[in-house]
Amino acid sequence: MGALWLIAEPGPDGGLARISAEAATLVRGLGDRTGRDVVGVVVAADPAPAAADLAAYLPVIWTIADPAAAEHAWSAVAAGHIASLASADAPDAILVGAGADGRDLAGAVSALTGLGVLVNATAVDWTEAGPSVEMSVFGGRLVTTSGFTGGRGIITVRPNITTAVPAEAPGRVEPRDVPATATAPLPAVRVVERISEAGAQAPIEEARIIVAGGRGVGSSDGFGIVEQLADALGGAVGATRAAVDSGWIPYSQQIGQTGKIVKPELYLALGISGAIQHKVGMRTSGAIVAVNRDADAPIAEFADLFVVGDLFEVGTALLERLRARSG
Amino acid sequence: MRIVVLVKPVPDPASAGERLGPDDRLDRAAVPAVVNGNDEYVLEAALKLVEAAGEGEITLLSMAPTNAPETLRKALAMGATRGVHVTDPALAGSCTVSTTQVVAAALRELEFDMVFAGIDSSDGVGGVVPAGVAALLGLPYLSYAARIEPDMANRSVRVRRISATGYDLLEASLPVVIGGTQALGEPRYPSLKGIMAARNKEIVTRSLTDLGFDGATVGGAVATTAVLDSRMPPARAATEIIRGTPDDGAVRIVDFLVERRII
Repeated sequence: MGALWLIAEPGPDGGLARISAEAATLVRGLGDRTGRDVVGVVVAADPAPAAADLAAYLPVIWTIADPAAAEHAWSAVAAGHIASLASADAPDAILVGAGADGRDLAGAVSALTGLGVLVNATAVDWTEAGPSVEMSVFGGRLVTTSGFTGGRGIITVRPNITTAVPAEAPGRVEPRDVPATATAPLPAVRVVERISEAGAQAPIEEARIIVAGGRGVGSSDGFGIVEQLADALGGAVGATRAAVDSGWIPYSQQIGQTGKIVKPELYLALGISGAIQHKVGMRTSGAIVAVNRDADAPIAEFADLFVVGDLFEVGTALLERLRARSG
Repeated sequence: MRIVVLVKPVPDPASAGERLGPDDRLDRAAVPAVVNGNDEYVLEAALKLVEAAGEGEITLLSMAPTNAPETLRKALAMGATRGVHVTDPALAGSCTVSTTQVVAAALRELEFDMVFAGIDSSDGVGGVVPAGVAALLGLPYLSYAARIEPDMANRSVRVRRISATGYDLLEASLPVVIGGTQALGEPRYPSLKGIMAARNKEIVTRSLTDLGFDGATVGGAVATTAVLDSRMPPARAATEIIRGTPDDGAVRIVDFLVERRII
């Protein structure tokens, strides 16, 4: 019986990415239910901080210290090591977050090992034939359960499908030597510079609450009310493609078909009509509240609460109510 | 400058008609196929780079069912030079592992400085194939590109990779594989002239045998994944509609958030 591995992705501060803490919680539960060993794997130039974070969630953490990870893109450095470890140890499942780094890693490890990938898992369970993975497909219009024909594989896990909960006892950290690779190492990609942009915000895929603006917001300045409401609710700012294409807000905040797929507990949509291209990115949100002047906007058909009105007037009134509550 | 752009025909997401067929595979005949959205962005980036360089050629590479040339013609009409269509009945139902191997094999037959791929496709949304192709070819992979700046004199390229806090500036020696995003810029509409010209552009068809596969090692028959079950998601409750003053709306939203224990 093979183990379950969680591959830790680096967070912005050298610690553990939030998505990895969530996925670690999921994989620990899966290990408890199936009686399989659960291992977290950290690959970094200095794996200690992320390993310490991950030890709060998993019983055993393997660390691989590779100086190349300091100034090279993470996935190519990590994928070679993970593929080598997997070839030697044959885990039953390798789980990683379904963000940018996790997808890059999953693709490379799959190609190097021949293991299949099931993507964007919203739940993971087990059958006699191995992992079974629930996914939301076709813009949320269908839910599928899929398995690996060989009984083993790689799973990318969507953010926000579980809440990160520490284990009762912290795990132990075991440094691992990098096993000799069967294949040539992947070419490393040098990171010349890491640029923080003003206005860049917490990743919207991970936000519990999203306040999003669409064409109805009308301008860059119009996004002020969206940002204020996001602040008041402790959420992140999202946007439709129309708002991004108009240059009112960066692409990193775009939700929808060519942007990000999100599933927050609350999606507050301001001046968003709810066209299918946007809907596919947010329709599985926990609660959807929309404010729109057009009572016939498509979002009226799938919001939980639809307020017919001017987004600036309703938004300002809502801001006052929220601020009054928090005193 | 030689760029290969990976192009995937996908069921038109705007149709909202995508469905699984009786075999639990994506029913590619259910709705009209269009060029995957993210592929159009990287094709546009390729066209601009070739235009700026004043020389170069763009080859479209598509692994797709037999009717894919219609979709490829649309991409050729935007200005690409030629198309390569990898098609074989055995490829129906391929998983990402097979797709990655076949695309990599097709690329080994082509000469290029850069391979561009959309960062993911609207039908599968996995975003794992471009990284796998790069790994099999042993090439650097630069992903989530918002800007691509090749330096042909020095045989290198710089890419802005979108990060959680801004972007990382990546650099690698050519040849490379690049996964690109919408942030690269709006794709052009084909001109009438482009549409006319596309009719006479070459589309080479390649089978699995042509690419050196014996047919039993890749494709639907050896898929690593399978759909076991599918169902409709739980229906959402009916929408509650509030009309009245702005404050009426605000009060109801606050109450709703409290009821749902969101605040």
